[in-house]
Amino acid sequence: MENPASARRGFVNLLLGGGIGAMMVSVFYPVIRYLIPPQSGEPTTANVTLPWKPSEIRTNSGRIFRFGSQPGILVRTPGGELRAFSAVCTHLNCTVQYRDEKQDIWCACHNGVYDLNGKNVSGPPPRPLEPYKTYVKGEQIVVSKGA
Amino acid sequence: MAPPRLVQALTAWLDERVNLGEIQEFIRHKVVPVHRHTVWYYFGGMTLFLFAIQVCTGILLLLYYRPSAEEAYESVQFIVTEVQFGWLIRSIHSWSANLMIATLMIHLFSVYFTQAYRKPRELTWVSGMFLLGLALFFGFSGYLLPWNTLAYFATKVGTDVAGQVPVMGHLLTRILRGGEDVTGATLSRFYGIHVAILPLLTTGILGLHLFLVQKQGMSVPVELEQGGHPPKTMPFFPNFLLRDLVGWLTALAVLAALAAYFPWELGSKADPYAPAPAGIRPEWYFMFMFQTLKYIPAKLGPIDGELVGVMGFGLGGLFLLLVPFLDRRSGRGERSPLFFWIGVGLVLYIAVLSVLGYVAPGGG
Amino acid sequence: MPWKWRLLLASMLAAPLLTLAAVAGAQKLPEDNACIQCHQGLGDARVTPPAEKFAQDIHLAKGILCQDCHGGDPTSFDPQQAMSRAKGFIGRPTHQAIPRLCGKCHSDADYMKRFNPSLRVDQLQEYFTSVHGKLLKKGDQKVATCISCHDVHRIRAIKDQQAWTYPVRVVDTCGRCHGDPKYMAGYNIPTDVVAKYKQSVHYEALTKKGDLSAPTCNVCHGNHGAAPPGVGSVANVCGTCHSVPADLFAKSPHRKAFAAMGLAPCVTCHSNHDVMKTSDAMVGTTDKAVCVNCHPADSAGFKQAGAMRASLDGLRESIQGATAILDQAENAGMEISQARFELRGATDTLLKARAAIHLVDPATIQSLTEEGNKIAATTRTKGAKALEDLAFRHRGLWVSVGVILLVIVGLVLKIREMNQRQEREPASDRRG
Repeated sequence: MENPASARRGFVNLLLGGGIGAMMVSVFYPVIRYLIPPQSGEPTTANVTLPWKPSEIRTNSGRIFRFGSQPGILVRTPGGELRAFSAVCTHLNCTVQYRDEKQDIWCACHNGVYDLNGKNVSGPPPRPLEPYKTYVKGEQIVVSKGA
Repeated sequence: MAPPRLVQALTAWLDERVNLGEIQEFIRHKVVPVHRHTVWYYFGGMTLFLFAIQVCTGILLLLYYRPSAEEAYESVQFIVTEVQFGWLIRSIHSWSANLMIATLMIHLFSVYFTQAYRKPRELTWVSGMFLLGLALFFGFSGYLLPWNTLAYFATKVGTDVAGQVPVMGHLLTRILRGGEDVTGATLSRFYGIHVAILPLLTTGILGLHLFLVQKQGMSVPVELEQGGHPPKTMPFFPNFLLRDLVGWLTALAVLAALAAYFPWELGSKADPYAPAPAGIRPEWYFMFMFQTLKYIPAKLGPIDGELVGVMGFGLGGLFLLLVPFLDRRSGRGERSPLFFWIGVGLVLYIAVLSVLGYVAPGGG
Repeated sequence: MPWKWRLLLASMLAAPLLTLAAVAGAQKLPEDNACIQCHQGLGDARVTPPAEKFAQDIHLAKGILCQDCHGGDPTSFDPQQAMSRAKGFIGRPTHQAIPRLCGKCHSDADYMKRFNPSLRVDQLQEYFTSVHGKLLKKGDQKVATCISCHDVHRIRAIKDQQAWTYPVRVVDTCGRCHGDPKYMAGYNIPTDVVAKYKQSVHYEALTKKGDLSAPTCNVCHGNHGAAPPGVGSVANVCGTCHSVPADLFAKSPHRKAFAAMGLAPCVTCHSNHDVMKTSDAMVGTTDKAVCVNCHPADSAGFKQAGAMRASLDGLRESIQGATAILDQAENAGMEISQARFELRGATDTLLKARAAIHLVDPATIQSLTEEGNKIAATTRTKGAKALEDLAFRHRGLWVSVGVILLVIVGLVLKIREMNQRQEREPASDRRG
């Protein structure tokens, strides 16, 4: 009578002990992972770090980057200055691009043209491009909203 | 079950210094009555467990959340999309809040219907009513924190209702909102209330509540008391506690399932200047009040309809708060059919109005 | 009462008026100018308003006063002296004489240089090329002259938002005549143009969206040289801003066809004054489409219209479908900003396709929409993947639930075991 009872007791203790151990893992694993900060570090709604080094951006060139789900355009003017704007055309929201032969920003959809201050100079766009602030931190370029 | 050697050694070390003996004796002798209504005893502990979940998940959320109108929504979005298991923590927090209030209501009404509030447990009941108020305020303040459209307008409506309180209504609304309207100031304020003020108050009153329960033991239904012989009991430790754990772990599994299958929505970021969307509703635990206000006509004689509603709720709350003192028969250890039926009426009212809140067409 | 007493009384009455004028942001009327002082003081409905209005006139600000247009002697308070023909007084100029009167200064480059070298001085010349100018030469008394559009005695600077010629107000200035059927009776031009224009997207852009570059009457018709653009030049007018559709139209088969039928480009499909917001419904074979106005049901053009509309609809729908999946994933808390970013490419091609309609070549449209459809399809797949990740969480969940159930089962067994033991040995086996 004793042995089956103590064997069963042993089994229950093992089940309980093992189960509690597994449960602790399934609780603490998510918590530990949660505590480790993710790659992006912070919400990228107010600012974003670009994947290029300042030296990679040639003068008189521009490239599109992603700011959340919206496009932005990073420009190095012929004078060497780094500037960034929203790349959403103020006419009908197409994505604009840099034109090095004209040294301006152009929207292919309806031929809208912006100067390198983001100002709408010709074509349908009714407003300038929203300007962003750029900071160069060593080998990193950081763009933030609210210029 | 013989405790392992390590635990024994630690216990002995502590006992030499702080005399654990008293606590050990207390725990060893604590018993729980066993009868037809024992199952209701679990709901207090369940509410406590869910509150502990809230504290833990809340603290984790605190590490990433940003309490400003410009960043709140984005920070919640960040938690839910970028932080590892952030979706799990956030959904558990939101679901557990609702579950906690549900178990709290069950706890409240089970205590009410078994008349456990009678002498000598009046203070336990009163402190419990304050805990109810704190829990509802926790829910109301926390709801705004993600700063989405639904939360923004629900807070607007809710704080408007507070303005109906006579004499200090407007001042009350201004204090709640941190201004005349719901703005970023409201968010900051609700955040402070939710993570500092309410937890502090809850710690104090909960401590009192739990202390009283330990000191006075569990109440038994009136019939059992009148019966003469003492009821059957089971030891709190380990019997009742193990059963408690079964319930708590079930709740944990339910929460995880809810978080995975019914994740809490992000909604869209609040825009104070946009018109209110159709179908703003408060959370279910405020629904019966919301729906009641919809049914009251705009004016009852010379008095504002909303004022009548708010006064009604106030009186209802006051009634519940003072029930141990109003119910004389229970004080004498007798059943009180009157209060029983009032209770039934209250439960039916809350249930029906809540259902109507979801089912009734348009808005009353 | 002697003249001087009258003047004193008039000045006392004038004082509050002057204060009002000052409060209204105007200038102080010169006290040594007899014309203004007398006219103001007279309180007569015909001659006093010019003097009072003049406080807000730009000519006053530049030191140009009554005598510079009307002649006469401003230093004399004696009316006979002040308003003598000998001193050059011309009184109220005739309708015919007004343009030349203004042009006396405004066409003189040397004179205007002193005030603002960048101002044009060819307005008078332009005016006489306009319909207004030509009719005026023929003796028409109702036709517009300088003061009809620029006001008189309260002429404001062109940048002044209250000026009759400020872009937002131009339609009401022209509309004072051109929108009045009674006034325009006999000229045989439509008078519903003002009402029509006010329904247009151009008017909305100007007034509601604050886009001052949006066209109003003078932008298409000219201001001083006002004349309607002829059939041949309408496209040039519209094409000044809408260069992409205009260029494409010029390359399309419609150019020759419209010219042969004497149809004005742009206006035939888009109207001239009530230019409305375009939509995909304008293309195709339904009754709302403009194509069916010319192309009968069995024609090649009809079929091509149908094909182009189908391409546009197809792309629009695939964008909507992809957006819906992304919305679903986002609502459930999944990260899809990269996919949303990429989907913009599809929307860009849809816009380009819509502009390309003016080429009326279904093949071009199709190649654009195919590109867009590809992007939408890729994005849709990414959205579906995000939803799958959600399903992955479900699986992870069941593992955890399984573990918890394991523990619960263990606890229940433990409880049962405990109950059995306690029934057998009631007093012992307390934690001791």
